[in-house]
Amino acid sequence: MACRRASKALGAVLALWAGAALGGPPERVVSINLCTDQLAMLLAKPGQLVSISRISQDPNVSVMLEEARKYPINHGQAEEVFRLNPDLVLAGQFTSSYTVGLLRRLGVEVAQLPIVTSLDQIPGAIREVGRLLGRAAQAETLATEFSADLAALRANPSNRPRAALHYANNYTSGDKSLANDILTAAGFANVALEAGLSGGGTLPMERLLMLMPDLIISGQHYPGASRSEAVLTHPAMNALRDRHAGSALSDAEWVCGTPAVLRAISRLQEAYE
Amino acid sequence: MTRVLALVLVLLIVALFALSLLIGPAGLSPARSLAALLRGEGLAETLVMREIRLPRAILAAMIGAGLGLAGAAMQGYLRNPLAEPGLLGVSGSAALGAVIALQTGFAAQFALGLPLAALLGAVLAVGLILALAGPRGGSLTLILAGIAVSALAGALTALVLNLSPNPFAASEIMFWMMGSLADRSMTHVWLAAPFIAIGAVVLLAQGRAFDALTLGEDSAASLGVNLSRLRLVLVLAVASMVGAATAVAGAVGFVGLVVPHILRPFVGARPSSLLWASALGGAVLVLAADIAVRLVLPDRDLKLGVLTAIVGAPLFLHLVFKTRGQGL
Repeated sequence: MACRRASKALGAVLALWAGAALGGPPERVVSINLCTDQLAMLLAKPGQLVSISRISQDPNVSVMLEEARKYPINHGQAEEVFRLNPDLVLAGQFTSSYTVGLLRRLGVEVAQLPIVTSLDQIPGAIREVGRLLGRAAQAETLATEFSADLAALRANPSNRPRAALHYANNYTSGDKSLANDILTAAGFANVALEAGLSGGGTLPMERLLMLMPDLIISGQHYPGASRSEAVLTHPAMNALRDRHAGSALSDAEWVCGTPAVLRAISRLQEAYE
Repeated sequence: MTRVLALVLVLLIVALFALSLLIGPAGLSPARSLAALLRGEGLAETLVMREIRLPRAILAAMIGAGLGLAGAAMQGYLRNPLAEPGLLGVSGSAALGAVIALQTGFAAQFALGLPLAALLGAVLAVGLILALAGPRGGSLTLILAGIAVSALAGALTALVLNLSPNPFAASEIMFWMMGSLADRSMTHVWLAAPFIAIGAVVLLAQGRAFDALTLGEDSAASLGVNLSRLRLVLVLAVASMVGAATAVAGAVGFVGLVVPHILRPFVGARPSSLLWASALGGAVLVLAADIAVRLVLPDRDLKLGVLTAIVGAPLFLHLVFKTRGQGL
């Protein structure tokens, strides 16, 4: 038994060494970030991706639930990731620096992918994950397809309806954000820009009402209750929806820079038509 | 004297209420604000005035009145100037009840679930405190019991919020412990109003009994005061007011301590006058505090309890120092 385990470990070490020495594609990839999970699931060859993060199985934020259920999950902790014996770990830009540092000290290669803050960065992110996984050809196909679909969807009306992004705690997104890009591509203008917001920030409900948006895109409700989300269904917002503005929901499709944002764009266009 | 005091307090409430309606990030001119509030001119302006600012001002006045009155009543009954719903853990326990109702879904299932759960939490705390303190309410026992109840309620509130599947819940521990009136609505006014009104009417009707109690329990009993009934009324009325206030605004501390202390000299230390004066004074204090949080940090939702504690805690220490000589 012990002997078999030792030989298995030896085999894994040899494979790792062989992979590294030959510069071939990684054999055992673990992803610990929701967005890299999704890009890796789209691009990895069968058996290459051995574990994805727990969050990918959360219907509130993950767009690839069914696919995600086929993979063993991890909780993004260095110890459990190390035990999976990966030759590449995919992490996000803001993954805990302790986790990333610890894994690197243990000799694991960790690739940290930047947060996607615009639609134009998505093809680059797809190609980067493809390159890391040794699946450049597949990534190229996916990226080209995405760019073509986006160009076909992109609306450029002369008169843009004004939309507001309204998340829990009155948080909203200004320019330099993926959500703003989704809005713009769908043919809307973001009222947060009129209010002078750059990046993310809070816009008090009073000011949001005074801006009189034509469409309110609300953040979704998570299970359980919170006061933070109560603003989404505040009587003033409900009244504005009833008497003036259309409504749409910002859900899992808005979270990551993956081809799923195309669905967010087309849903937004349908919601307002 | 008391008539002048009543007039001054009412005028202050009116002025602060109006000011509260005129302050906000929308930056409306007073004329536009009034036109929107009274005549509904402009959809956005009307929503801002009627659905955001009006409920906020009403809640501040109502909650302040409830907390001020609750403090005066507890001090009158226990004949101890240190008694206050926040310090004794009543507000904290009400918050725990509210949080449990919200996270279990009980509050969503029926309209009065939230205030009733908070009321239940408050009843348990007031009952426990009165039982521990005994009829005379020795300061040391009272405060120690209050510390224990507060600590336990705070810890359990944090536990419930940490166990919630909602990613925002845990960050709201501060709201439940410090209180805020930001982004509340008319729904919250209607939830809290009946409970605060009933509690206030019931307590204000006990003025004579509180006056008699200043002569000591035996004298009060011989004057026809039913002490065990008074105790029951006090527990239920205080819990009703503090429970409803906390359910919609979180635990705002020190109001019931500061207000009776400031007003006591003006009413000749008569508990019956102190009751209504503290209700009016509480409304003044919370309206003023809620205006201040919006002026100091307009976009940051500074918690109400931060301001009331900055005013109240030094006063509390001063009171502790004063009562030290009386064999605390």
